[in-house]
Amino acid sequence: MQPVGGVRWFTRRQVGFGFRPVTWQGWLITAVAVALVVVLLILLRSSRVVGIAAAVVVLAVYLGTAALLGGVPRAGPAPAPDPPARRSTSPPAPPATSPPLPPATSRPTPFTPSVATAPAQVAPPALPSAGLPSPDGAALVVDHLTKRFGERTAFEDVSFTIAPGEVFGFLGPNGAGKTTTVRTLGTLIAPTSGTALVAGIPLLPENGTEIRKRISIMPENPGLYLRLTVIENLELFAGLYGLRHAGPRIDAALEAVNLGARGRDLCGSLSKGLRQRVGLARALLSDPAIMFLDEPTSGLDPVAAREVHDLINDLRQRGVTVFLTTHRLEEAERLCDRVAILNTRLRSVGRTDELRENLFSRSLAVETAAPLAAPDGVFDGATGVESWRANGDSSYVLSVTDPRVAAPAVTRALVAAGADVLSIVESRHSLEDVYLELIDEDPEAAAR
Amino acid sequence: MRLDAGRILAVVRKEFRALRRNRFIIGTMTVLPIVFLITPMIEIFRLSPGIPETVVQRLAGSTFLLLLIIPVVVPAAIAAYSVVGEREQGTLEPLLTTPVRREELLLGKAAAAIVPSVAIAYLLFAVVAIAAKLFAADPAVTTALLQSSQLVGEILFAPLLAGWSIWVGIAISSRASDVRVAQQLGTLASLPPLLVVVLIDLQVLTPSVGLALAFAAVLLVADVAMWRVVSAMFDRERLLTGARATSARPQRAAG
Repeated sequence: MQPVGGVRWFTRRQVGFGFRPVTWQGWLITAVAVALVVVLLILLRSSRVVGIAAAVVVLAVYLGTAALLGGVPRAGPAPAPDPPARRSTSPPAPPATSPPLPPATSRPTPFTPSVATAPAQVAPPALPSAGLPSPDGAALVVDHLTKRFGERTAFEDVSFTIAPGEVFGFLGPNGAGKTTTVRTLGTLIAPTSGTALVAGIPLLPENGTEIRKRISIMPENPGLYLRLTVIENLELFAGLYGLRHAGPRIDAALEAVNLGARGRDLCGSLSKGLRQRVGLARALLSDPAIMFLDEPTSGLDPVAAREVHDLINDLRQRGVTVFLTTHRLEEAERLCDRVAILNTRLRSVGRTDELRENLFSRSLAVETAAPLAAPDGVFDGATGVESWRANGDSSYVLSVTDPRVAAPAVTRALVAAGADVLSIVESRHSLEDVYLELIDEDPEAAAR
Repeated sequence: MRLDAGRILAVVRKEFRALRRNRFIIGTMTVLPIVFLITPMIEIFRLSPGIPETVVQRLAGSTFLLLLIIPVVVPAAIAAYSVVGEREQGTLEPLLTTPVRREELLLGKAAAAIVPSVAIAYLLFAVVAIAAKLFAADPAVTTALLQSSQLVGEILFAPLLAGWSIWVGIAISSRASDVRVAQQLGTLASLPPLLVVVLIDLQVLTPSVGLALAFAAVLLVADVAMWRVVSAMFDRERLLTGARATSARPQRAAG
C-alpha cells in the first residue's frame, strides 16, 4: 500500500518477524493492538485458552493490517513514462509540409491540422493520419480507435493528434460518439480496437490509474454530492488524486472559478450554473496535463460562460491541453486551436479557417447602389474572379481565387463602369456553416 | 497491486459525511437497533430468581442472535446504496475518472459501513450486559450472557457478519439498477450466515469457543473472497454504459 505522499505506515523488519511502524498512524495501530491484547488477557484470565485465542486473533489482524499498509513493495509493471513536459511555451516542431504558423502568438502552437477523413466532402482528401507530426511530445495521440457495443458502433477509426497546450474542439451531433470517445480516452471504457497515447502513456488497462492521475474529466453533469459542501466535495477529489495539504489548492481552484466565497455552501443549495463551476474547480484541482471538458458552459449565463472561456484561455497559456466537447459552435470557433467533427467517423480535423477554405470557395460580396446594367462586362474581365452570380437586385457574389487580388480589380472595374459601390467584402463562412455542410452531407447524420 | 491508504481514507471520510447528513440512514441506524434491544431487555427484567438453567441458556442464545442481526441488517442498507446510489445521483462517473482503484473505492465504502455497524453492535452488547449485571434478578443470566463462547462470538462475529453483509450489498448494488431493489435484495442475501447462529440458538449446535473460532475463520475467508469477487465484478464500463467491454485485448476498462 502506498499511502498519501508515498509514505508507508509500516516497514518490514530486515531481521526477525513482523513489521515496524514508521508513521504516527502505524504507531497508533500498534498501540491499539497492544492495548487490546493486554485488555483481553486481563479480562479473560479466567479462561486462559479463550484469552490466548483472542490475543492471537488480534495479533493476526494487526499483522494483516501492517502487511496491507506497508511492507516490502511488490514487483509491478514498469512505471509509465513521464508525461510530456508541462507549462512549456515552446511549440512542437511542425512537420516540413506545414504552413507557416501565425506569428504573434505567445501560446504553445498547435500541431498542423491533419486533413479530413471524408474525401467527398473536403478537398483535398487525405487520411486522418496523413501528415501527422511525430507523436513524440504530443499530449494525445489517437490512432484508428474504434468502440463498438455489440452491433452498435459508437465511433469508428478515429485518429488525431493533439499538442501540449492546444485547445481542441470536439464537435458532432447527438449520438455521434463524442462522450464515448472522451470516456474511452479517460480509461473509463475499453476501446474495441485501435491505440492511443494519453499524456504519453499507452491506453492500456494496466495504465488506467497512471493515466487518470494526469488527466481530469469534467462530465456534462458535474455530479456533485449535494449533501456535502463545496469544499467537502473538493476535499474528496483532492484525496482521490493523492494531494496532501490540499487546502490552498482548493482555495485557488475555487478562486479560479469565482466561487471563493461559496466554499461552505452545500452543493444542493447551488444553482445549476454554480454547480457547473464547482465541477470545473474539481477538474482544475489536480493540475492535470489534459482536461476533458464536456459542455463546460452548458447551463451557464453569458457572463459565467465568458468566465469559463477566460479560464480555458488561461489554461492554454499555462500549457494545459484542453479537449473541449461542445455544441456551441461559436464557442469552439472562439476558443479552439483546431476542431474535429465527429459523426461516428471523424469527418474533418483542422483549424477552422482551413476547414472553411477546404469546404467553401473564397468569395466577395459586392453591393452597389443600383443594379449594374452589364454585370458580365464588369466582372468577367476582372483579375482573380472565377465566376459570379446575382444575389438580389444590386448584390453580387463573386467566386475568387484570392480576395486580396480580386477586390482591387473588381473595385476598379466597378468604378470604370460608373457604378456607385456601397461595399465589397469577403464572404466569411462561420464554423456553423462548415459543421452544417459536413453533417448535412453525411448520410449517417441524415438518418439520425 | 498497491493500495493507497490516502485514497481509501478520502472515500471513508466522504461516506461518513454523507451518512451523517442522510436522515434516512441515521434513522435506520438508530431505530433498528433500539427495536432489536427491546425484546432481550424485557426478558431480562421479567426473569425471576431461581429459573431453570435451560431457560437462561435459551434467553442468552436468543439475545445473542438478536444482537448479531444488527451488524447484518444495519450495514446492508448502506452497502446496497453504495454503488447504485452513486449512479442514480450522477456522482459515479466523476468518481471513476479519478485515479482511485476499484479495490480502494470498495474498501473505503465497506470501511465506512462497517465501522458504525460494529460500533452499534458492540454498544448494544455492552448495554445488554450491563443491564443484566445491574438488573437481572438471577446472576446466572449475566454468567450465561458473558460466557466465553458468547463473548468471543460477539466480538468476532459482529465485524465478520457485517463484512459479509457489506460485500453482498455492494455486489448487488453494482448490478442493480434501482436503489430500493438493491436494498431489499441486499438485506435478504446477507442473512444466510445467521443460520449458524440460529442453529446455536435452537441448540442444534452446542456453543463453544472452538465453534466460534471455526465459524469466525470461515467468515473471514468468505469476507476476503467476497471483496475480491466484488472488486472483479466492479467494471467501470458496465457501470457507465450498461455493457461489458468488447475489445479484443483489454477485456476490462482500465483500473
